Amino acid sequence: MPTFEYAPAPQSRDVDVKPSHGLFIGGEFTDPVEGQTLETLNPATEEVLSKVAVAGMADVDRAVRAARAAFGRVWEPMPGRERARYLFRIARILQERSRELAVLETLDNGKPIRESRDVDVPLAAAHFFYHAGWADKLEHAGLGTRPRPLGVAGQVIPWNFPLLMLAWKIAPALATGNTVVLKPAETTPLTALLFAEICQQADLPPGVVNIVPGAGATGAAVVAHPDVDKVAFTGSTEVGRQIARSAAGTRKKVTLELGGKAANIVFDDAPIDQAVEGVVNGIFFNQGHVCCAGSRLLVQESIAEEFGERLRRRIQLLRVGDPLDKNTDVGAVNSAVQLAKIRELTDAADAEGATRWTEPCELPDRGYWFAPTVFTDVAPAHRIAREEVFGPVLAVLTFRTPQEAVARANNTPYGLSAGVWTEKGSRILWMADRLQAGVVWANTFNRFDPASPFGGYKESGFGREGGRQGLAAYLKEASA
Amino acid sequence: MTEPGGRVDIRIDIRKTYKLYIGGAFPRSESGRSYVVRAADGRFLANAAAASRKDARDAVSAALTAQPGWAAATAYNRGQILYRVAELLQGRRDQFVSEVADAEGLHIAGLGAAGSDGAAAALVDAAIDRWVWYAGWSDKIAQIAGNANPVAGPYFNLSVPEPTGVVAVLAPQASSLLGLVSVVAPVIVSGNACVVLASQERPLPAVTLSEVLATSDLPGGVVNVLTGSTAEVAPWLAAHEAVGALDLAGAAPLPGRQASVDWGELERSAASTLTRVLRLAGSAPSSEPAEEPDWTAPPPGPARILAFTETKTVWHPKGR
Amino acid sequence: MTTFADAGVLDEINRDDTGLRRWLHGLPGVDEVGADARAAVLGTRSIKTTSKAWALDLAIRMVDLTTLEGADTPGTIRSLAAKARRPDPEDPGCPQVAALCVYNDLVEEAVGHLKGTPIKVAAVTTAFPSGRASLAVKVADTRDAVRAGADEIDMVIDRGAFLSGRYAKVYDEIIAVREVCAEGEAVRGRPPHLKVILETGELVTYDNVRRAAWLAMLAGADFVKTSTGKISPAATLPTTMLLLEAVRDWHVLTGRAVGVKPAGGIRTAKDAIKHLVLVNETAGPDWLDPDRFRLGASSLLNDLLLQRRRMAIGAYASAEHLTLG
Repeated sequence: MPTFEYAPAPQSRDVDVKPSHGLFIGGEFTDPVEGQTLETLNPATEEVLSKVAVAGMADVDRAVRAARAAFGRVWEPMPGRERARYLFRIARILQERSRELAVLETLDNGKPIRESRDVDVPLAAAHFFYHAGWADKLEHAGLGTRPRPLGVAGQVIPWNFPLLMLAWKIAPALATGNTVVLKPAETTPLTALLFAEICQQADLPPGVVNIVPGAGATGAAVVAHPDVDKVAFTGSTEVGRQIARSAAGTRKKVTLELGGKAANIVFDDAPIDQAVEGVVNGIFFNQGHVCCAGSRLLVQESIAEEFGERLRRRIQLLRVGDPLDKNTDVGAVNSAVQLAKIRELTDAADAEGATRWTEPCELPDRGYWFAPTVFTDVAPAHRIAREEVFGPVLAVLTFRTPQEAVARANNTPYGLSAGVWTEKGSRILWMADRLQAGVVWANTFNRFDPASPFGGYKESGFGREGGRQGLAAYLKEASA
Repeated sequence: MTEPGGRVDIRIDIRKTYKLYIGGAFPRSESGRSYVVRAADGRFLANAAAASRKDARDAVSAALTAQPGWAAATAYNRGQILYRVAELLQGRRDQFVSEVADAEGLHIAGLGAAGSDGAAAALVDAAIDRWVWYAGWSDKIAQIAGNANPVAGPYFNLSVPEPTGVVAVLAPQASSLLGLVSVVAPVIVSGNACVVLASQERPLPAVTLSEVLATSDLPGGVVNVLTGSTAEVAPWLAAHEAVGALDLAGAAPLPGRQASVDWGELERSAASTLTRVLRLAGSAPSSEPAEEPDWTAPPPGPARILAFTETKTVWHPKGR
Repeated sequence: MTTFADAGVLDEINRDDTGLRRWLHGLPGVDEVGADARAAVLGTRSIKTTSKAWALDLAIRMVDLTTLEGADTPGTIRSLAAKARRPDPEDPGCPQVAALCVYNDLVEEAVGHLKGTPIKVAAVTTAFPSGRASLAVKVADTRDAVRAGADEIDMVIDRGAFLSGRYAKVYDEIIAVREVCAEGEAVRGRPPHLKVILETGELVTYDNVRRAAWLAMLAGADFVKTSTGKISPAATLPTTMLLLEAVRDWHVLTGRAVGVKPAGGIRTAKDAIKHLVLVNETAGPDWLDPDRFRLGASSLLNDLLLQRRRMAIGAYASAEHLTLG
């Protein structure tokens, strides 16, 4: 008897990846002073995609000087209306070149093409549209009558949403009149460098956006540069602490968007099928490489068993494999380093007595893969319940009452996001009041919108990105 | 027209028929009437359709049909559609420059048509910028005009602006494009639909704008454009029970003319169904001569958007 | 997978309005936004080449070829029956459809033309499409169709009663119609299958759709069917998904497999394949079978044939090679 199978439906890989990339400084691609390069891999195949120039101290300094010059000469004096036009142009080019960007993102990052196509790229364009509209309305944003830009923003972004995080950083910075030196992640620099080309196509004045690829040292140089007025970082809490320390005692304004260990709380009166979807999406979206991932499932005891069965049945339908296949739900882990971290934490969970269940699926021979995994019998003290895995791994705990759910959800140094699943509206709001999290999703999860502020409580960082509040991070009120 | 070589170009232009714009279609007036539109210098420009009260009624029906869907579109989507309109306006820039120059008497002596850097061009550029400015408000107006209210009790309490519904807009009589855009864009950006009564003597840029809207992604019926006599049509719009709000911008006459409508009278007529009215700028009563504002001045804020919204406040208990 | 609850709980449900309300309103709610989003994601699944050819043939085998017009005549039934037997006259390898779906006065005509084939005759009854008639009339309507030899009965529920909370009336009517179906054993050797049309477009909310499906299954429906095709919206991906979730959970609870039939609004092969994806990922591959899933449609068949032809000839096909239905 024949069966219904999705034949592979690969997105044709009709995108030329340049064999080498320079730094983008002052509107031009240039070679690094020290001549260092890094290789960026396709994590699904381990093949080298491109050699990318690494920015050293001197290059970062060049970039900051280019940004400073552009700030003083062009970008700050320019009326908001004109800045808006550049941002609108960039937004349009992102839309026009969306397929190219999506394929490149998937190649470099390992995320499923469906996600880069339907989430990352359209949202990145939306961020530019949204902020383009603010550029000439800043005096109406409730942030003072004469809000002024800060100057040069040094921005360091992670590898989980390379283009989208770039948009979260660059769009508000530019809209508010700041210029930018941005360091993409070591393992995912390609879409940022394509974005540099897009800046050229948009005729963006040279120096307004500078892209300096590299690893931790480059990021540290950007953050520590004395002529940087503003530091924006998304990444691990550990690096966030170092940045906060590095900026301490300076005049630099800092926003940090760091790690998370979000609780997805399912009550017994939840819309059960949608809750299953939301929990699955909450942890397996983007291979769990999401700072706000719902990595802890807190399920009410009375439905824990049934919910667990539904969850496993649903997880078995997840299609793990070739990220370029349009039917793939879960792609490759971004790097060998990350894969090792995931393995370390899941091994610790085994050792501490949690029960592991892994989706029975075939994984490709080459590349970095981790099958969707659920741990039950997890105690709040287990590492798997406390530490950020940043992978497709869910820890299941239970609760009996709303108070207990809140107490368990808040029992973490993190505070980025939380999910609440119940059909009872007043309980959602009661919970939302008590959850220490910057974003609370109710009967949904992992929703992002340029109009909606995002950011964490406690050690998940400070400052918000998106919405009216996100503008505040890039503005100061001019003295009269 | 004489070419530089002295050769006479005998090609006869194909002239455009200027029609009404109702529900996404371009009908003539149901009355069959038209009226002569002349340039500021008296040249014949076109026979424009002279809308009747029945055309006004049809236009309001079209707006009523279109409004719920337009309001239900996401704010982001409305913003995208309106920005696309700005792109199309830019593409028709030369046509608008020529029409505005004709209508407002801004031809540069010796050049025939207005130059690309003349006064008419500046007005068209300002109109495009104005449109973009308002488009950008689509997903921001609720962020500055809506808010959480800290009520004294265990309640979630949130206020948000919502569109009023169908708005009748009397477009400015003098500023044929910039003024028009300045009154239409703020009405529709929040999700209202409108019926616009174009400047009576300078209606052609409004008709061309309707052609731009028709080729954009703006759903038919969100903007309906009528040309004709303000004195004849405006009272029917003001009194129409389905019209939720009325913008009186076009009640001010052309400079040096007598007003053809008494805006106080229109407001009284609107009062019977408590139609919201946005009066003319300034504080003088309707018994005194009204003056059209200077549309080149940027709006100080989104007041025109908020004039056509209702604030809705939602209460919800917070409990286990 | 273990059962979620003991099927014995069903015996404890009082089959009156209060008892049924208590049970139906105790079902988990459906979040509309989340359900729509899930269905939309499944709608983007991409099927290629051999799977697609197989899916197209499967979809043809699932079609309930339908004509429900006031203007139907024995002639239109004759030509549609011919089409059901041989959908693509140029390709004998093309599978036959599952059933022909007609009004009850034309059942005999349809049965006559389909004798000796595995193609079923389905009759719409119970004062289709509105369902506004007395129970006596609905029973007589059904009995007519059963006696005329219908293999399948497509009945409508009383949406008015459902929406006003008179669940027992809806339940009792389904039971009564099922009893009439049982009389069919004497005519055809086995009772006709009972498909219960919920008319989801009139039930409006997804919570109502889920409750109506469970109510129909409790009353013994063999199939739950979305729509009459006379009301818009008819079958949509999310409503079909809800029905598939219902039959999946019912199967887990009782071990009994109930079929699903979306009807109305499915016009293209692409729509049909999206539905098959939904079946595969919601109820599971066991439902990828004409005994458990049907597509109620009239114009769909031609598009399926067109796509089938396209795959066979490797170029875009013209509808001129297809027969009118």
